Amino acid sequence: MDFTLSKEQALVQKMYREFAENEVKPLAQEVDENERFPEETVKKMSKLGMMGIYFPKEVGGAGADVLSYVMAVEEMSKVCGTTGVIISAHTSLCAAPIFENGTPAQKAAYLPKLCSGEWIGAFGLTEPGAGTDAQGQQTVAVLDPETNEWVLNGSKIFITNAGYADVFIIIAVTGTVLDRKGRKTKEISAFIVERTDKGFSVGKHEKKMGIRGSSTCELIMEDCRIPADRLLGKKGKGFALAMKTLDGGRIGIAAQALGIAEGALDETVAYVKERKQFGRSIAAFQNTQFELAEMKARIEAAKLLVYKAALKKQGVMDGTVKEAYSVEAAEAKLIASRTASDVTRRCLQLFGGYGYTRDYPIERMMRDAKITEIYEGTSEVQMMVISGALLR
Amino acid sequence: MKAIVCVKQVPDTSGKVAVKADGTLDRASMATITNPDDLAALEAALKLKDATGCEVVVVTMGPPPAEGMLRECIARGADRAVLISGREFGGSDTFATSQIIAAGINKIGVAEDDVIFCGRQAIDGDTAQVGPQIAEKLHLPQVSYAADIQKDGNTLLIKRMLEDGYMMVKVQTPCLVTCIKELNEPRYMSVGGIFECYDNEKHPMDVYDYNALKDDPLIEVDTIGLKGSPTNVFKSFTPPQKGAGMMLTGDAPAADLAGILAKKHII
Amino acid sequence: MAYDFRDIAAFKGVWVFCEQRQGVQQNTNFELISEGRKLADEIGCELAGVLLGSDIADEMAKEVGGYGADKVIVADSPLLKDYTTDAYTKVLCDLVQEYKPEVVLIGASNIGRDLAPRMAARLHTGLTADATHLDIDTTKYVEFLKESSSLDLSKQKFDYEDRNLKMTRPAFGGHLMATIICPRFRPQMSTVRPGVMKKAEFNAEKAAACVVERPAFELTAADIKTEVLEVKKAAEQLVDLIGADVIVALGRGASKDMDTAMKLAQDLADALGGGVVGASRALTDAGLISADRQVGQTGKTVHPKVYVALGISGAIQHTAGMQDSETIIAVNKNETAPIFGIADYGIVGDLFKVVPQLIAEINAAKAAK
Repeated sequence: MDFTLSKEQALVQKMYREFAENEVKPLAQEVDENERFPEETVKKMSKLGMMGIYFPKEVGGAGADVLSYVMAVEEMSKVCGTTGVIISAHTSLCAAPIFENGTPAQKAAYLPKLCSGEWIGAFGLTEPGAGTDAQGQQTVAVLDPETNEWVLNGSKIFITNAGYADVFIIIAVTGTVLDRKGRKTKEISAFIVERTDKGFSVGKHEKKMGIRGSSTCELIMEDCRIPADRLLGKKGKGFALAMKTLDGGRIGIAAQALGIAEGALDETVAYVKERKQFGRSIAAFQNTQFELAEMKARIEAAKLLVYKAALKKQGVMDGTVKEAYSVEAAEAKLIASRTASDVTRRCLQLFGGYGYTRDYPIERMMRDAKITEIYEGTSEVQMMVISGALLR
Repeated sequence: MKAIVCVKQVPDTSGKVAVKADGTLDRASMATITNPDDLAALEAALKLKDATGCEVVVVTMGPPPAEGMLRECIARGADRAVLISGREFGGSDTFATSQIIAAGINKIGVAEDDVIFCGRQAIDGDTAQVGPQIAEKLHLPQVSYAADIQKDGNTLLIKRMLEDGYMMVKVQTPCLVTCIKELNEPRYMSVGGIFECYDNEKHPMDVYDYNALKDDPLIEVDTIGLKGSPTNVFKSFTPPQKGAGMMLTGDAPAADLAGILAKKHII
Repeated sequence: MAYDFRDIAAFKGVWVFCEQRQGVQQNTNFELISEGRKLADEIGCELAGVLLGSDIADEMAKEVGGYGADKVIVADSPLLKDYTTDAYTKVLCDLVQEYKPEVVLIGASNIGRDLAPRMAARLHTGLTADATHLDIDTTKYVEFLKESSSLDLSKQKFDYEDRNLKMTRPAFGGHLMATIICPRFRPQMSTVRPGVMKKAEFNAEKAAACVVERPAFELTAADIKTEVLEVKKAAEQLVDLIGADVIVALGRGASKDMDTAMKLAQDLADALGGGVVGASRALTDAGLISADRQVGQTGKTVHPKVYVALGISGAIQHTAGMQDSETIIAVNKNETAPIFGIADYGIVGDLFKVVPQLIAEINAAKAAK
């Protein structure tokens, strides 16, 4: 095992840090305050290859690796949780399933534009009645043999990037099949839907507690007609595709959680050195020191899990690792998201009253942290994945 | 056509500056960065590349670790790099440094339509001398303090800053331009650039040592290194700390201060 | 006799390059002439100003005499009207080779710092950039070190016979000072930071007595590879920080309400007898105030009678440009701000609250006088 970054990874981390400090951090508060999607930041990130980091140059990617992608989400999230999840949802939930399951024609049609950031991607699985129970899908897709088009009907909610995305991976029911035990279950498939497709529209924008600049909206499909060749992967393999996509997505969210925790600790270390009470800096108090020490150690533990999951995904992509990284991704997300919530709460306590005000970023970080325990599978779902593997 | 960019790795003086007991800089304990004005020079060259597709060659003189900075320049968009490095070059002042870099540029070769870009000055020495001195050694015209550059064929139209305004200067290539930070906003390294910058086939990194340059007439024992430097550091020291002044901590500090200023006939 | 940059004994006299822009002598010329006079007296030699331009009247040239120059060497040509590196370098280098001065001082303006390195490279000699202190006499230099360095001089040995020009300059953003010498070659060249050397009192008699020399020189249009299309003065009246007696400077602490802060600063400067508003790099970098107001290592060096730092933490990059002010007053919210370490008077508080009180109290104190 080697815990050192390669020269390229160290350099890309340095670039992310400069970019986050100069371009992302100055906007973070305003983006949160106004619930504004930072389009200008996305444009800048696109120029730097940050919207297609680990995809090969042949499909328009930057030709880097999964860890470099994870570090991008981490470094942006240190200063702005909103910016972190924009990259994560775009890359892991849209570009990745097309790269992994798309036909050559689909890859050629979508990946160059997604990787260059010309198009933004999103993923629609969750429905009003199908959250953690993803099998409860109501959206249906029916093939119209006359026109050779899929006709989609239904709605999706809580879709990250929705308001600004051009390409959506939509999970829908395409029929009924018998499972291995002979019970009737829904046949689920995945589709690529474009924003401009007839019958497709973006609905209500959610007002949220945290990651308020992230565009979270409803998707509505009313007789939405798409060409037959928009089916992504095999018909009936959509649930597996969605679950595998979420495995990758969870590494991204784990990286976001990790970044939020690290960012909060950075702010707190600076603050406790400056803030004086009882005639000395509060960094001089042992309570402060112990709090910082424990938070730092927990963050490092989370980071190892996140990086380990990233490396395993890399192995799968390179063909050097055969088994899936579902458990590693679940472990990373479970621990990193809990660490983010725990660390931001404790950091706010060290800030005291100032931390509760919007003059400091800590309250925002605490609000941003919470979602990482919920989306792309709640912590409970992660535990189901981990225990399921244990008890198999 | 190509753009040659001279860059320098410098200690980051914006952070903590460590000084050794003998009054010299403790370089080892300080982070290094690419000199900010040099990044403006690189950006000017990259803009020229964007517009004309010209080759961008970065060159530096420094110890072997300066390679890292050159790789970063490639990650920002430069095509190839030259590292001038050798014990014989150590201890050079601006005169000797410009002799060596000029010899390095001669080896790279300057064509009729080439432009050499330098930063105005480096934040460690703040001399602003090496750029013009390279131009002199290469017998090229120079324009320093460039705040805007327009290129039309082999003619450059440059806005050259003065303290109280500016001059518009026209110059033919080949020439040397020194750039100020206000010229542009340097681009970041790109992810794709970073993952290519150590690829020697795509982006060669040539190292010129003493032997590589010794046949150039500019390179003589008494024109390079410590021995060839006209100037020497006679003394190096830190300024004394001024004694602490008076803090006005009473209930009405503004009134107290006004009283003192009146008494001292300052008002 | 052939020109030999190694033949130290052949070089005599101190020169100051006198920069003119649009036919007007720059103020720095007189600072350098005043300083050059001291050096020439220490050496026991002649001091000459060297003025290049077009249609230069004797009267204008002789002005440098009023500050101590024995003579002024004038090179007059339409080709020298506006500064070009090529023309000025050629004429000055040719004159140096003819007259062989042992010291050449050039103001460290954007023009001086373009010209001097090119000259030094052509003349094969050393050049010190942006000097802030000059000595010939070692005794005086040691006195200077006593005041201006943290060196333990009891452990230092000095050669009191040494007659090299000792050129001291800040380095590494002002964190270090370095004294540079050029012992083997001549002339000894330095650019000198504007605003640092004290200008002598103008003496009209000496100005009238100043000798004007107009030596022959060769210069053709073919010598000049660059073409100056136009010279533009900045539209906005630039702020004269260097000449001001009172400077009230704003730092990051002012950024939350620049309009109010600017007004408060100007009002305070007026209450203190009239002055200008300066700024730290934090504000100029953020684009909140124009760069010509910047004081510090990358801005201007100032030494007004009164310097008030409002909301400036006092990073060394800033203090390097103002620490020689006669009286320094600092107002800052943070009691540990380094600015208080160099201030003569400090008040801990918000500038938006303290300054209005201070203006009122100063006006009251003046009225009571």
